[in-house]
Amino acid sequence: MTRLHRAALLVVNVLAAVVPATVRAQDTTVKWVPLNGVYDPRRDKVSIVIMPINGAFGDSVRRIISRDLDNSDRFTVIAIDSADPNALKAQGAVAGINYPLFAHLSAAVVVQITPVATGLHVALHDVPGAKVLNVNEFALSGAGLSRDWRLGVHRVSDEIERWVTGARGIAATRIAYVRGTSMRIIDSDGADEITVPTDEGSVSPAWNPAGNMIVYSTIGANSHITIIDVATGRSRPLIGPTRNTTYVTPIFTPDGKSIVYARAGDNGSDLFVVSASGGDTPRRITTGQGTENTSPTPGPDGRRFVFMSGRTGHPELYITDADGANAQVLTDYEQSEKNFRADPDWSPDGRIIAYSERTRDHFQIRTVLATGSTPKYLTSDGENEQPSWAPDSRHLVFTSTRTGVRQLWILDVESNRVRQLTSSAGARLAAWSPRLTP
Amino acid sequence: MTRTRRIAGLTVAMLSGTTLACHKTPAPQPTPAVQASSGPNADSLRRAQADEAARRAADEAARRKAADDAAAAAAARDAANSAAMLRTTLTAVVHFEFDQSDLRPEDRAILDAKIPILQANTAVTLRVSGHTDERGSDEYNLALGQRRAAAVKAYLMEHGIAASRMETVSYGEERPIAQGSDDSAFAQNRRAEFEITAGGQSLRKP
Repeated sequence: MTRLHRAALLVVNVLAAVVPATVRAQDTTVKWVPLNGVYDPRRDKVSIVIMPINGAFGDSVRRIISRDLDNSDRFTVIAIDSADPNALKAQGAVAGINYPLFAHLSAAVVVQITPVATGLHVALHDVPGAKVLNVNEFALSGAGLSRDWRLGVHRVSDEIERWVTGARGIAATRIAYVRGTSMRIIDSDGADEITVPTDEGSVSPAWNPAGNMIVYSTIGANSHITIIDVATGRSRPLIGPTRNTTYVTPIFTPDGKSIVYARAGDNGSDLFVVSASGGDTPRRITTGQGTENTSPTPGPDGRRFVFMSGRTGHPELYITDADGANAQVLTDYEQSEKNFRADPDWSPDGRIIAYSERTRDHFQIRTVLATGSTPKYLTSDGENEQPSWAPDSRHLVFTSTRTGVRQLWILDVESNRVRQLTSSAGARLAAWSPRLTP
Repeated sequence: MTRTRRIAGLTVAMLSGTTLACHKTPAPQPTPAVQASSGPNADSLRRAQADEAARRAADEAARRKAADDAAAAAAARDAANSAAMLRTTLTAVVHFEFDQSDLRPEDRAILDAKIPILQANTAVTLRVSGHTDERGSDEYNLALGQRRAAAVKAYLMEHGIAASRMETVSYGEERPIAQGSDDSAFAQNRRAEFEITAGGQSLRKP
């Protein structure tokens, strides 16, 4: 048997393993309805091979990066685990890569990673061109397999993605959320969950643009707003508690300098803005006149934001200037159904607003262009709520009851592929971080 | 039994006790001559009559005391029942329609019943907590719960209850009293609850 024949057999195994998994991962009821035309995985995904990695933690690095690239929904990772390592190497070639073999496997690119003293040496090979596309070294901090070390490996995944597609990945990100009475932070791949030492009754986490602070509010008689430094766990009270007042949905503005939040008291709820460093008098933004006005989400320039309001009798999404002027309804379609539209999140690229909507007594994730458009449905299975965009403006984390209890799921709005992020009951109120550095 | 009647009963018991004590204590003896003139039987007869009177008085005192104790216990029970009823009325829950904070007539009636009790017991303060069902945004529901608590407070204020006696708080959908995801559970969970935070020890009837 020639090497090429062995490789051909390998391809059959790869397809058998990969294709059903992909099909299973689709949202069961809304298939192949991406935002931009018809999704074609063969056109829209790059086939990639991650070479086996020798040395300390080599297998772990390879497993993490392979999973990251698969989670990116921009790559088809070709598994070559059972191959004879010698078959992957070219006979006498300088690059040491058997380009014809990988061309036969339909791989577009091959990643070759070598552990070095400071971290990882990474080479990206162009298979059709039979040449090296890019080389770099990446430092890893922390002990092998530690939380910092894994974040460093995720950053390698994101850089590989940028080299190949031009768009940086989102592996080196984390998701803050609430489970039961505690706030958690989980890595984008579901690993390394930690508990954040927040005040009792903490809900509604939101990240600052630098990804080192979280602002949140608390529930109950002592409702207040606090900012916590994620690395040190040090907390700083910002607003409240105030008698007869519930504070909800605080967020950082895109410049990180202010906090916009909703204050619910004797006369409905309105949005206020206050300096993130505290000390100044909060300034009221909305004029709700006794209705609910909550859940602000800023556009990327911070000059406008979308929020949720019950001012016309049922909750709809509104778009307004940052000072509260020119508030206009964004979701004014299908008024006759008196729909309940909630939990808006404006994508970091400014194009799309994701939200949840009650349709036939169930909540589903929808998106609408910031410029206005016919909204799209992204889910239909179970109750799906509380969407939060990843930094790539392509993936959403949200809560879903599709497998029973409420869990966090991640959806790629291009392919509609979904994956489950958490596996403990009662996860909710997720906030996707910006890209992080260890 | 009123306090006045209880005191009257007690006085009677005390008086009869005094009488009894007079008869029990050997009285200063008259002169032997007088004794002799009265005859030996007259003296024992007088003693027997005194004993009988004392026994009757003691029986009467015991009977009255028993009746009095029973009446006092009943009064205490009535007072406790009445306090419990007042407390139940004060903490009776009101309910709301989905995404609404308007008070329906039947819920206004529940609030109306609280008003005289609050007026008669000015030391009473309340914490009003607003709650929602599980549908809709968790965060919006926190604001909605606050609006429901505020609507209740505003109604009681319109009827003369000082704002300073009511504290409002929201738990949104965080503290359901009925589990499940059906209309019945939803309806029970859309509510405002009342907690007596001070002055609830000795509630007076209006």
